[in-house]
Amino acid sequence: MAEILLETEDGDLDSVPMSLQMGPSHPAMHGTIKMRLKLDGEIVSRSEVEVGYLHRGFEKSCEAVTWTQVMPFTDRLNYVSPLCNNVGYCMAVEKLLGIRATDRCEYIRMIMAETSRIGDHMTSVGASAMELGGFTAFLYAIEVREEIWRLTETVTGARLTHSYCRVGGLKDDLPPDFEPNWRAIQKKCRTLIDDIHALLDKNRIFLDRMRDVGVISADRALAFGFTGPCLRSTGVDYDVRKAAPYMKYDRMKFEIPVGTIGDNYDRYLVRMEEIEQSFSIIEQCLKQIEPGPINVDDGRLVLPNKDEVYGSIEGTIAHFKIIMEGIKVPPGEVYSYTEAGNGELGFYLVSNGEGRPYKCRVRPPCWSLMQALPEMLEGYQVADIVPTFGSINMIGGECDR
Amino acid sequence: MSKKCVERLQAHFADQILSTHDAAGDETVVLKRDKLLDVLKFLRDEADLAFNLPVDLTVVDWYRIREPRFEVVYHLYSYRTKQRIRLKVPVDEDDARVPSSYSIWPGFDWYEREAYDLYGVVFDGHPNLKRILMWEGFEGHPLRKDYPINKRQPITTLLGEKS
Amino acid sequence: MGLESNLTGTFVGSRLSDALNWARKYSLFQYPFVTACCGMEFMSTACSHYDISRFGAEIPRFSPRQADLLFVVGTVSHKLAPVLRKVYEQMCDPKWVVAFGACASSGGFYDNYCTVQGIDTIIPVDVYIPGCPPRPEQVLDALMMLQEKIQREPLEKQA
Ligand code: SF4
Repeated sequence: MAEILLETEDGDLDSVPMSLQMGPSHPAMHGTIKMRLKLDGEIVSRSEVEVGYLHRGFEKSCEAVTWTQVMPFTDRLNYVSPLCNNVGYCMAVEKLLGIRATDRCEYIRMIMAETSRIGDHMTSVGASAMELGGFTAFLYAIEVREEIWRLTETVTGARLTHSYCRVGGLKDDLPPDFEPNWRAIQKKCRTLIDDIHALLDKNRIFLDRMRDVGVISADRALAFGFTGPCLRSTGVDYDVRKAAPYMKYDRMKFEIPVGTIGDNYDRYLVRMEEIEQSFSIIEQCLKQIEPGPINVDDGRLVLPNKDEVYGSIEGTIAHFKIIMEGIKVPPGEVYSYTEAGNGELGFYLVSNGEGRPYKCRVRPPCWSLMQALPEMLEGYQVADIVPTFGSINMIGGECDR
Repeated sequence: MSKKCVERLQAHFADQILSTHDAAGDETVVLKRDKLLDVLKFLRDEADLAFNLPVDLTVVDWYRIREPRFEVVYHLYSYRTKQRIRLKVPVDEDDARVPSSYSIWPGFDWYEREAYDLYGVVFDGHPNLKRILMWEGFEGHPLRKDYPINKRQPITTLLGEKS
Repeated sequence: MGLESNLTGTFVGSRLSDALNWARKYSLFQYPFVTACCGMEFMSTACSHYDISRFGAEIPRFSPRQADLLFVVGTVSHKLAPVLRKVYEQMCDPKWVVAFGACASSGGFYDNYCTVQGIDTIIPVDVYIPGCPPRPEQVLDALMMLQEKIQREPLEKQA
């Protein structure tokens, strides 16, 4: 379509290269991003990606608020799996403080992060399917996410922007009926996920558009700084949860699914398999978790409970100090990394000993993925942009911050 | 992260290293700018180091706290040896430039553009160093500490304003 | 339509506008201008669980020229503002705008150098939905409010 047909001297029809702009408001560009394409007929010969339409000043905003108040901003980084970001940020601050959360807290954080990961992968798979015309799969995927959100709502009080973790602990413990609820939801999700598999795995249209499209080699992926499902689809088994186990991941039995050639279909399969692994991790967590405190025993970090705040002068003062001045974090710098939905989510924090972060840098996994997009599109057709872009799972909030 | 890579660096580039520390377990090397590219290449190419995954690149602005004002911070990871390292390169405000590591890891392409955009540090030799998050025509570098947080520079005329 | 301008203020005119508005309010073609986290809730609202199609607004049109309801979902930065303005200007009359979420309504908690402090500084807005992000129920409520508003619209406005 994007061809300008000209007649050459010998009467043949000939095509000249043309340039095309895609986005920033384009149905397939979830989030806002602009692509400038050089087309040779239907083939993309060169492309340039422009991001930054959702730059919301994450770092600058964080520098203006206390360490605890950063939490809502982290929710809105990768807004498809906010709990992973919460956990990542809390662990970074705790590393800087030199403390470790309690056992129960770590288990709960793991459970919540894994549910978030399921939601993330479901959204990503569903959206790619929808863009290829598989609308039913999309509806099923969103249904899975909806179930999970309803569960997380009972735990955190919010559907999407949870702000659930606190430095040194959590907002609340799990509700008593969490486990039975989870079992019920898991069953429902299983059927839905099986349906998605049945709809997509051997679907001719889906296969044709996903297989051998958007291929990237392992070496190139590493050089571009890929992490997460996109790196694993090329066959590199790098997963922070295994390579540098944090929290209780060293006690979990799980596999790292890897792909073979790094095309879109591999990325789809890796994501679907990771969902299974997440289910199994949650199952193991629920088996191993034991009652106990969820917050560290440190009055300088954790808010006193409400009885103390209203009933005693010490409680009131402690509450006032934490809220107004923020918790005090010793000067220093730290880089802490966790596995989020899209890959290694790193936080590089610099503190100068005050109640506010001096610098709160996030290393967004999407950022590395997106810069490789031109290379992954080169030589493919215009129609291949959509599945490739979809399988990268670019999340505007995280990419542009 | 291991001590070994720091020792290797000390053996090879002793005159380039300003200081090292390992607070909170993060091995950190503070480097001079002069031979930065050689150091980076060394880190990538030596078989027992093999830092092949560029993780993060950012800048810290020590406005009125420290001299020199900026610090360019690299985080690297080696998939083969599972080591991590952090490199820091201090640069002055009037001479805020470092050589671009694009030729070593293409993965730092956008990170360098971002650092340039938000902090105004120039990466010499970068093939396409222009703004990435802010738009062309934006004045100043918003993440510098002396840029006021709510100084807006709208590009559309707002309703109610005279266009 | 030229017809309407001759009929304003008459009995026939007000009956005609009732009928027209009734038809319009149940066949809203929306243009989702999705930028950020609110988009996730927008997705939920549009999908089977909350099912926005019960209210006659399920069909997204990805060309502004075919849409009459602009959903601005999420944060609008100054870099994006010209795009939003252009999209709005390309829509045909009559058209309505819903600001979805705190960010679109007021900039939300992003009071900083890059965020537009509410899209009503760029384009006129009919309904604001509070919440960060709003729950799907809120969205549906807002849609019904918009429908009421459309029903009340006099003929002159549509001419
Ligand atoms: S209102 Fe909240 S959820 Fe919606 S876009 Fe803004 S920050 Fe995101």
